[in-house]
Amino acid sequence: MARYGMAIDTTKCVGCMDCVVACKTENNVPEGLNRDWIQTIVKGEFPNLTMEILSERCNHCTNAPCVSCCPTGASHYHNGGIVLVHHELCTGCKACIASCPYDARFIHPEGYADKCTFCVHRAEEGKDPACVSVCPTYCMTFGDLDDPNSEISKLVNSRNNHTVIPEAGTRPNIYYLIGDNND
Amino acid sequence: MIEITNTRMNHLIDPSLYIWGWEIPVYLFAGGMVAGMMIILGFFFFKGREKEADCVCAILPLLSIIILSVGMFALFLDLEYKLHVFRFYTTFIITSPMSWGSWILILVYPLLVVSLLLRPPEFVVKLIPQIEQYSNKFKSNRKLVKSVGVFNMVLGASLGIYTGVLLSTFQARPLWNSPILALLFLVSGLSVAAALVHMISKSVYERELLARTDNALLVTELFIIFLFMIGMVTSTKIHQDAITLLLGGQYTAVFWIFVVLMGIIIPLIIQSLAVSHKVKHTAVAPLFVIIGGLILRFVIVYAGQYSSWY
Amino acid sequence: MNSISRRRFLKVGAATAGVAVTAGALYKFTQQGVKISNTIPQKGIYTIPTYCDLCFWKCNAIATVKDGKLWKIEGNPIDPMSKGRLCPRGTGGVGSYYDPDRLRKPLMRKNNRGQEEWVEVTWDEAFTFIADKMNKIKTEYGPEAVALFSHGIGGNFFKHLLKAFGSPNLAAPSFAQCRGPRDVGFRLTFGDDVGSPERTDIENSKFLVLIGTHLGENMHNTQVQEFSAAIERGTKILVVDPRHSVAASKADWWFPIKPGTDIALILAWINVIVNEELYDKVYINKYAIGLDKLKQAVVNNTPKWAYPITGIKAELIRETAREMARYKPATLIHPGRHVTWYGDDSQRSRAIAILNALMGSWGRKGGFFSPVSLDIASYPYPEYPHSEKGKVDNPNNKYPFAHETITTGIREATISGKPYPIKGWFVYATNLMFTLPNEDETIKAIQNLDLMVVVETLPSEITGWADVVLPEATYLERYDDLNVEFFKEPFVAIRQPVLEPAYETKPGWWIAKRLSEKLGLEKYFPWENIEDYLDTRLKRSGYSIEQLKKVGLIKGDRQPIYFDEGVPPEFPTPSGKIELYSEQLAAYGLDPVPRYRKHEEPPPGYFRLLFGRSPVHSFGRTQSNPILFDMMKENEVWLNRFVADKLELKSGDYVVLVNQEGVRSNKIMVKATERIRQDCVYIVHGFGHTSKGFVRSRGLGANDNQLVTKYKIDPIMGGTAQHLNFVTIERAA
Repeated sequence: MARYGMAIDTTKCVGCMDCVVACKTENNVPEGLNRDWIQTIVKGEFPNLTMEILSERCNHCTNAPCVSCCPTGASHYHNGGIVLVHHELCTGCKACIASCPYDARFIHPEGYADKCTFCVHRAEEGKDPACVSVCPTYCMTFGDLDDPNSEISKLVNSRNNHTVIPEAGTRPNIYYLIGDNND
Repeated sequence: MIEITNTRMNHLIDPSLYIWGWEIPVYLFAGGMVAGMMIILGFFFFKGREKEADCVCAILPLLSIIILSVGMFALFLDLEYKLHVFRFYTTFIITSPMSWGSWILILVYPLLVVSLLLRPPEFVVKLIPQIEQYSNKFKSNRKLVKSVGVFNMVLGASLGIYTGVLLSTFQARPLWNSPILALLFLVSGLSVAAALVHMISKSVYERELLARTDNALLVTELFIIFLFMIGMVTSTKIHQDAITLLLGGQYTAVFWIFVVLMGIIIPLIIQSLAVSHKVKHTAVAPLFVIIGGLILRFVIVYAGQYSSWY
Repeated sequence: MNSISRRRFLKVGAATAGVAVTAGALYKFTQQGVKISNTIPQKGIYTIPTYCDLCFWKCNAIATVKDGKLWKIEGNPIDPMSKGRLCPRGTGGVGSYYDPDRLRKPLMRKNNRGQEEWVEVTWDEAFTFIADKMNKIKTEYGPEAVALFSHGIGGNFFKHLLKAFGSPNLAAPSFAQCRGPRDVGFRLTFGDDVGSPERTDIENSKFLVLIGTHLGENMHNTQVQEFSAAIERGTKILVVDPRHSVAASKADWWFPIKPGTDIALILAWINVIVNEELYDKVYINKYAIGLDKLKQAVVNNTPKWAYPITGIKAELIRETAREMARYKPATLIHPGRHVTWYGDDSQRSRAIAILNALMGSWGRKGGFFSPVSLDIASYPYPEYPHSEKGKVDNPNNKYPFAHETITTGIREATISGKPYPIKGWFVYATNLMFTLPNEDETIKAIQNLDLMVVVETLPSEITGWADVVLPEATYLERYDDLNVEFFKEPFVAIRQPVLEPAYETKPGWWIAKRLSEKLGLEKYFPWENIEDYLDTRLKRSGYSIEQLKKVGLIKGDRQPIYFDEGVPPEFPTPSGKIELYSEQLAAYGLDPVPRYRKHEEPPPGYFRLLFGRSPVHSFGRTQSNPILFDMMKENEVWLNRFVADKLELKSGDYVVLVNQEGVRSNKIMVKATERIRQDCVYIVHGFGHTSKGFVRSRGLGANDNQLVTKYKIDPIMGGTAQHLNFVTIERAA
């Protein structure tokens, strides 16, 4: 079984939001809504500062609260663990939005809950998601975390990394690669 | 210093989550209240006291149907994809409290109709005289009456607990993420239901019994709130941060003044005096309890959405 | 901060409040679409290669149309510029087509200039009006009295038109308001420009110094890609910036230098390098002259001397000078791009050039490569008429090393009428109100004109001052000139229409050609249509338009780009060598070796106003693009957190910036941050639009250029320094 995920190298990411723009055009994401976004965390005091830039989106959690709380089965695990929403099953009850510690979901103007799909339409053609394929810093790697020989597995196994809010127990599948002496 | 900036500006999520407006607290309040009413009326049916408890057994089933329908309508209004409402009933998702809730609600209706038939209110009988036939038939079957009582209590308790569990399973919202919330909403629902009965009942027996019960429930509720706070304060950082919303943060005043003081302590004092016949029984105390119960849902739903992992 | 208030902070930082966004507006917009094309199939997916116009980098792109609607734009994988990946603006180029604020019809002014009140006219009416006026000016003042301001490759056909008309006064703000001092500083040293796209080999550098260059926020695509590659390869990075830029966050050293003192730091580095003989001796001996004089000139500029000036500790300056030298010649001191800061910018650029020379990086791998290009023939036009009067912008060679036309020089002549009057302005795709410092002078100049024509796709502020506004089709709807790039690999690229021009907009070439007919200059536009023009050029070079239309760009053979690969080490200076000491400058009484001179400092309560770029916007050109608008709706003023506390301001508060002359900005949101010094504030350029035509972006954020009332002119080349203005901060009412 494949388990799709992303490894994002924060040492290379400049937070330019190309990923966000590419997602918007690729998936025709309505104005005022974003499936991905940039979070910047600055620590320290002038002039001793560190800054981490994170390109964030749905973590396609292995233990996704949005799937388990969905009353109609609209939220589901697709092949490879990609968390998707069947539009025709969704009532727009918003339980999944409340359940997501990453605030990754929103209501599409057509009424259903929407979020990052890992560009499943591209993934199924063997292509990278739009955000990955557009990134001018080449900081993102998409692939199968269950395949020990995949590029992403090698990165996650060899580089220091963290996920976002792992304490929530959701088992997120987006890994942020950090430097060796990141403090 | 930590500076966090986020470029996301999603409607209803940023600057802070606000997906549920008045509809959900109203729905949870109605659900809780109906749950309380079902437990009370179920108790009376079970005990075979439906004759003495005119208000409880004759009025509450009908009132429950009405209040529950109001709550369900509020819930329906909240749905973003209203045409898909039927999707709740094309599946059952065992991990989803909302799915449980949908099915519980569907079971509640026939049970309330049966309860209504057991002790139809007079105006209903006048309207549809044939009802009395069936009603008498049912009533003569004591086992059936007892069972209806038990079912009402069980389903009522489930409904009451569900209204809390619905929120408490959202671990993404730390303020909700406490199982005590289920107990709090159940007891609050009971207390609101008891208050309603002793407000509208014409029978002294019912009134005093339920006022006493309500006092016990209000004390319990205070105790549960205390436990809820202890649980939060002694939990992880995010829970501590979440509870500050009620302990110094922006929902503190409304919570302590309207929910605790007006909704619990003041009516508790008035009702204690009333049951010991030191003051006259009025509608003030139960009204306060009911309003306090409603505001409790508003505060918890709103503050819970405001709390998060970030 | 506890996390509740932190969260609130976060959210304030996130929410660009004050803008009511209707979720789904664009969604509906793109769903409905506008009229796209009759020639494009209405079902299925097809792609068209073209090159981008969101900035001057001109990345090669591939646009995808799905079911007759523009879907997305991606990088062309064979492109040496984008390497198949566009920057956020290029990716968001889709929005420039769907921009609801686009100009739709030719407009003529109804009342006074600047009132933005229009009468819609036909193209023919507009051309007749313009041609009459131009001919009248020609008769009364000569053809030189019509000047052109342009930006980008789309300006080529208008440059051609104005040259045919007989005017030599063709300028672009990219010289005097941007990169001019850098090119002059490097010319004076190496005899050659840095060029655009820059010849910086960031990818292979082992030590990279960025002085005020904020790669990552400034999205010059190839440079950012190479910057990321450099980070991955472990390149040592040193960032000199009063602000903790994104690049600074990636750096091994961040020098939060006191603004205006960069020359002192660079001289101190030079001092250490020459005194400790850390320079590339073989290279300097072979290719450079003036080392002794340089050494003499910087003798007092020790790190110890520089410390109190710059605020950078002497040991750090010394240590980093040695580190730099350790990695030579792959040590790249980046020349920057927008460098018109303090008025001695050519000298600062020269100091950077000298430092690079000492590292031996010019012409070397990891330093500055020698760009290559394809040999593409120009169109065989008849010879342009000769102008007796010469250019107007630089009378008596006042700025002796200005090798391009100075925009502000033309403006000055328009105001003063000297050396001769300028009576007509033709403005192509450059918003002079956001570009030229001191907008009062710009307005004064415009009021002296008999004709003011603006060709634009959007109702930018300058269109408001026009007599005639000509709506151009966007880059997605038109052909433009061939892009014959000078870069690491030689190539020629085509811009071709993906869609038919929407509304009544027309391509620039069509506008120029039609106007030439009205002006009786047909012989200068002998081609029937643009395809003929392009094909003629290509055929004469051994290619064809059909071939290019299919692939977007054609690359030539890989050629040597470093001295080590066989590029002849030529330095077209008067001496034929790298001039560490400039006799040229000395001859004009200018400093032959850069010297540090103190700049005015902000008085108490004032902050120096610095400005820069956002990765999601190009200048002031993209704020109305619905996709990029969604990424960043307004700019913020960066204010040191400690200062903000003192002023009782917090992130999210709205303030007004008031400059030394009392000019007040539009309200702008505070970003209270540790990431900037206490003596300056920073805003992203391009916001605070005022044009009525910008329905959503108008009034959002503040316009730095409006506050740049004071500027200093670089005596070497006439560039206008813009980082000299000081502002106070008032809470917005």
